[in-house]
Amino acid sequence: MFKQLIKNKSALTSLIILAVLYLLVIFAPFFAPYSYDEDDVLYANAPPAKIRIFSLKNKQFTPFVYAQKFTINNYYQRVYYEDTSQIFPIRFFHKGSRYKFLFIASDRHFFGVRNGKIFIFGADYRGRDLFSRILYGGRISLSVGIIASLISLSFGLLIGGIAGYFGGKIDNLLMRFCEIMMITPAFYLMLALRASFPPSIDSTQAYFLIVVILSFIGWASIARIIRGMSLSLRENEFVYAAKACGLNHFQIIMRHILPFTFSYALVAFVLSIPAYIGGEAALSLLGLGIQEPQASWGNLLSGAMGIVNIRLFPWILIPGVFILVAVACFYILGDVLRDALDPKRKIL
Amino acid sequence: MHHFILKRLLYSIPLLLGITFLTFLFIQIAPGDFLDNLRLNPQVSKETISLYEQKFHLDKPFLIQYATWIKNLVRGELGYSFSYKAPVARVISSRALNTLILSISSLIFTWIFVIPLGVTAALKRNKFTDKLLSFLSYIGMSTPAFFLTFLLLYGATFTRLLPLSGMHSVHFEEFTFLGKIFDLIRHLIIPTLVLSLGSICVLQRIMRANLLEALGSQYILGAKARGLSNARILYVHALKNAINPIITIFGYQFSELLSGAALVEIIIGWPGLGQVTLEAVRSQDLYLVMGSVLMGSILLIMGNLLSDCLLAAVDPRIRYEK
Repeated sequence: MFKQLIKNKSALTSLIILAVLYLLVIFAPFFAPYSYDEDDVLYANAPPAKIRIFSLKNKQFTPFVYAQKFTINNYYQRVYYEDTSQIFPIRFFHKGSRYKFLFIASDRHFFGVRNGKIFIFGADYRGRDLFSRILYGGRISLSVGIIASLISLSFGLLIGGIAGYFGGKIDNLLMRFCEIMMITPAFYLMLALRASFPPSIDSTQAYFLIVVILSFIGWASIARIIRGMSLSLRENEFVYAAKACGLNHFQIIMRHILPFTFSYALVAFVLSIPAYIGGEAALSLLGLGIQEPQASWGNLLSGAMGIVNIRLFPWILIPGVFILVAVACFYILGDVLRDALDPKRKIL
Repeated sequence: MHHFILKRLLYSIPLLLGITFLTFLFIQIAPGDFLDNLRLNPQVSKETISLYEQKFHLDKPFLIQYATWIKNLVRGELGYSFSYKAPVARVISSRALNTLILSISSLIFTWIFVIPLGVTAALKRNKFTDKLLSFLSYIGMSTPAFFLTFLLLYGATFTRLLPLSGMHSVHFEEFTFLGKIFDLIRHLIIPTLVLSLGSICVLQRIMRANLLEALGSQYILGAKARGLSNARILYVHALKNAINPIITIFGYQFSELLSGAALVEIIIGWPGLGQVTLEAVRSQDLYLVMGSVLMGSILLIMGNLLSDCLLAAVDPRIRYEK
């Protein structure tokens, strides 16, 4: 299965992209030149810095950026310009602000500039580096997807397994409950669930809340399919054999029924991550999820809710590109996995 | 058929009861309620608050409150919105209509594109056109609705052709009837595009797969052997069978459409159900949340029912009678 993934060009590309994204995000303190809440009012809404390769005038032959200065125009808006008299060479393994990562305290950053600032994706309204915030925010956005997907999958497997295995009244009850979950439009359910907690909570609580909400919404559709599989699996002779050997119901479900749903579960796991990444982004975008100053890809986009901001500072849309790329990679990976595990459905 | 529809409608009653009970539970778990805001307001007297409490049984235990709500619902009363200071039914009915307009226009737009694109992709299987469509559909599927809205709005700021927010222009009331419709269509373009793109991408792939499966089956070979023209085989024999599974998916798609519509409504300022639900959740306006969740679920159930009926109408093999 893994070999087939590697052989497929698009799957390999998405695997590599995802690996790079996760590495960047996990080692965010190192790769980001600044911390997520380091602000500088002199750079509020500064546009992305143009990285130059060399300059003959200044006898500078390694990559560098010019200093960003601003003037105030007639509308009292800042207009940023490049001050070509002042150049900041980009220094790799630069000594910057101190950070702690997994018990290691360090002040080395992957890149940075001395005596100035470098904003490769621009800055937000408080002059915080968007690139750094995207990396820190990715820690939340990319992990929420996986954790919520794992939780909803486990619930779906367990409940679907139980419903199919026992059948009868238990099956009926559980499936009616599933139907209720499935018939409610997901967004409204999400809002209703969110309503059962106080509107303003800190980011750690918000993180867990998002995970709980997303997995609560997602398990039902998985449970329904697993139930169908379990319903036919329980008629197998090895299940009767297991019963005859004196295994209890729980052991039979866990050891003899659920393992057969593995390939479906794996595909469902990968293919449901995108929905959860989107769900987190939507909640945070509306201000119901991760709160400032913490960053997530969703709440970074909340600045774009005002049309004026999009027009004047289009670089605040960059986090959306990250969501798009991550989601696309998971979709491609899931599709290739499904084809690899189920050769009958090759055409899709 | 009537029998089937009736059965389905009866069956949806316990579902709706379940949904509303869960929603009621979730909102009541939350610390505080809307009256807390009123209590903090020095202009509101204690008598008013206790009047509210008695009128809506807010001082009674949870189950009694829910039972009261259901009792009122049966009488056709959805309760009172504290923040709008109006009956919920009045707040919601116009909103639900707006959401429906948006959903239906995106449905139409989606279906105009799905079938031709799916057929093209299937006929050019593994050629450049197919690969391009497949690539584009991955991108379309992966673009979150809100991000696409931002992108389109950004583009629209340059052209100045399309309105950037809301559902009507400021001078809407002064327009003639045709002018009103034209104005509405102009406002519909961006949200419709956003909502349709995702489903076009997904359904187009499914349409392609279905058509390929149909084209590979025995009866197509038979038709070829009888000397039917390629066009006739494709449009009369294969296409008919390929469309059926998509109609089933249409029901599920409706659910995603409603959820997607809610987010786009909020961003674009479309006065629909999603927007009002968000406001209601933020201000803990209990009955308004209940009303809009109920309304959303009813729309969804109707969508599913419609897709089942449509399927029966299109596919003669499906008969719901025993």
